[in-house]
Amino acid sequence: MTASPKAEAAPPMVVVGAGPAGVRAAQTLLRHGVRPVIIDEAPLPGGQIYRQSPAPRGSARQRYGFEHKRAAAIHAAGARLREQADYRARTAVWNAAPGRLDLVRDGELDSLPYARLLIATGATDRVLPFPGWVLPGVFSLGGAQIALKGQHCLLGPRIVFAGTGPLLYLVAYQYARAGGQVQAVLDSAPLSRQAGALPALMNQPGMLAKGLYYLGWLRARGVPMHHSASLAAALGAARVEGVRARIGGAERTIACDALAVGHGLRSETQLADLLDCAFGFDAAQRAWLPQRDADGRSSVVGVYLAGDGAGIGGAIQAELSGERGALAMLADSGIDIDRARLRRLERRQAALSRFRQGLDRAFPLPSVDRDCDDSLIVCRCEEIRAGELRAAAAQYAIDDLNRLKALTRIGMGLCQGRMCQGGAAELLADCRGIPLSAIGRLRSQAPIKPMPLSTLGEARP
Amino acid sequence: MTVLHADVAIIGAGLAGTSAALALRRAGVSTILIERGLCGARASGVNFGGVRRQGRNMEQLYLAQRAQGIWARLPELIGTDAEYVRTGHLKLARSQEDLDKLIAYRDKVRDFELGLEILDAADLRRRFPALAPGIVGGSLCPGDGQANPRLLSPAFAHAAQRAGARLLEHCAIAHVDTQAGDFLLTAVDNRRIRAGTVINAAGAWGAVVAGWFGDDLPLQIKYPTMLVTEPLTPQIDVSLGVEGGGFYARQVARGNIVMGGGYGHALPGDRSRPGPAALAELGRAAPAVLPALASASVIRCWSGIEGYFPDKNPVIGFSPHTPRLVHAFGFSGGGFQIAPAVGEVLAEMVQGENTLMMAERFSASRWSARPTQ
Repeated sequence: MTASPKAEAAPPMVVVGAGPAGVRAAQTLLRHGVRPVIIDEAPLPGGQIYRQSPAPRGSARQRYGFEHKRAAAIHAAGARLREQADYRARTAVWNAAPGRLDLVRDGELDSLPYARLLIATGATDRVLPFPGWVLPGVFSLGGAQIALKGQHCLLGPRIVFAGTGPLLYLVAYQYARAGGQVQAVLDSAPLSRQAGALPALMNQPGMLAKGLYYLGWLRARGVPMHHSASLAAALGAARVEGVRARIGGAERTIACDALAVGHGLRSETQLADLLDCAFGFDAAQRAWLPQRDADGRSSVVGVYLAGDGAGIGGAIQAELSGERGALAMLADSGIDIDRARLRRLERRQAALSRFRQGLDRAFPLPSVDRDCDDSLIVCRCEEIRAGELRAAAAQYAIDDLNRLKALTRIGMGLCQGRMCQGGAAELLADCRGIPLSAIGRLRSQAPIKPMPLSTLGEARP
Repeated sequence: MTVLHADVAIIGAGLAGTSAALALRRAGVSTILIERGLCGARASGVNFGGVRRQGRNMEQLYLAQRAQGIWARLPELIGTDAEYVRTGHLKLARSQEDLDKLIAYRDKVRDFELGLEILDAADLRRRFPALAPGIVGGSLCPGDGQANPRLLSPAFAHAAQRAGARLLEHCAIAHVDTQAGDFLLTAVDNRRIRAGTVINAAGAWGAVVAGWFGDDLPLQIKYPTMLVTEPLTPQIDVSLGVEGGGFYARQVARGNIVMGGGYGHALPGDRSRPGPAALAELGRAAPAVLPALASASVIRCWSGIEGYFPDKNPVIGFSPHTPRLVHAFGFSGGGFQIAPAVGEVLAEMVQGENTLMMAERFSASRWSARPTQ
């Protein structure tokens, strides 16, 4: 696979996403003499978790906490890719067909054929509706983290963290360390779940220790932290002024200027869907995910999946699955790979999987409040309320999410269901009394994210 | 498994099938509506949503005029107006030659009283300031309009159900037989339906269904490409088309502009995808007609699966070979507006009345009678 003219003319191997999975995948390809094309929306490598600010302030330690060494390693590997591979920053995939990606960069279209493709598109926050969630001042946990890491901004000054998951404590810690006034951390998971998950979490004692450190640090500084605390509403007229929560059976109101909500993460699966990869329902993540074998092969020949875009596994698992996916791409192309390395990856992935199962157990994903009021906005782009959803579902006996979309407009707005699909699916399944797995998922349509109409016209035959 | 009986079985619960089912039930005829997927989820549910008479072949205008009356009565018929609004339909001319064609069309269809109004460039600028300068003129049909296809077909299907029709969704027919002069249809899941008459309203799959009965009809399948923008401030209140075709657009109440033009391609599993060339052409054509669209974002594109006959007319009529089999498909991209009238005509046809004007133009045997043009 080196420099013969014929090989150069053949379509390249392509990696979409330059987070931990994509960077490790591309690096692995390079190490085997294959020069990949890397496509990433951000200006700099790192993905969401190790997002790099174009003009960083403070130390990496301040921005990335305990993970600063991992962040620095990914950034350094990413920087080498920029020199050695065909690295296309600020470039988005807006459409795809078998063997071809449609790209857009600064309003310019391009078409990229691929021989093999690794999809490492990462994740976004899983957003669920609750009363007041559309008020200004309510952020997703990831949004709050980006404000801090990417823009050096503290939301608040008084901020409440609510929801669940390990990130909840991490971001609260990062805010408190950076001078934010953390009013409370409200974790919907019961403490007993976290205690029960300890054996599984012991699979990664280092990671467990970090989590416990954040908790201890917050507690030592008097930050109120509550378990089994469910967020009842964000309060406020023109913007958020407080939150109402049910804590241990009692309702409490906590004043704040910002609320950051973590309902878990959801994989960005549109590209895999556009390429017709088979999907399966994942009960722990309450979501449909592209199916893959242990090496990361999707159901479509030549398409591989790695990282959080194929199911939430965390940043370290993403690095491992990225490397392993690249090894599969190489092996499938007839290139020799190091089998011992593959077995080491397998072992580390297995341990991380057990840890992940512990996390899933410790922080079960919250759902929408099934008794939520009919006035609750479920789809904020199209301003569709729970009552409209329930009425249409009953009138037309809807048990398919695409049907709900057709009849109510849910998921037809700017976000194309990326934000509202989870909540709408939970509510539909609940009001029809059928399992979440039985109502299907929204079909992906190009463009993957909104793009200017006139840009479409730039394409030349 | 028990056999379901009805006087009429309709294959395909798109707009033609569901409106026929409703009309049959209103006449008291027992009806079963058979749909492979969900009612109104194919071309009937994902089309552009233009409710347009202007520009149709003369022979279709009888149906179009009859349908115009039905559209006005939708709330009493099906319980919703499906967002139908008589906004007018404006067909633009990009050259004097095209404007001459619009004028000739107006003169040709004068007897139908569509109220067509020819506008020159100055009229266009005054009445539709959002249009790009340089458009030579247009023809306005004030009584035409637009509606929401996603709501209309399911509403027809459910109205038919309320009127006593039986709707079988997720019911793909595997084979057909005859039994004592009746049709016996067997579904993939072994459900069986026995009926005296069958209406083939299977849309893009109509020729396949016709083939089961030995009718070979020259249907071509295409995949109209459409897209929708983010919501914009009010730009244009008429539905737009262009003489010569290739671009159509309308702004919905929420402000989004829905538009289409060109064709996509098939995907496995009876699905389709917009065509890259069609999208590129839309990206160029749309700002050339509505300059505000140059900075608008596209949020979604899609395509439907539609059957076309060479003369752009559907087949509406009895099978040349099989008694009591009626075909109604191949609307060639123009079925949405006329379908409610087609439903009524089909119901009458099944009951022995022929109310279809210029029926030979819609006949299933029109290709065997003379060579195709």
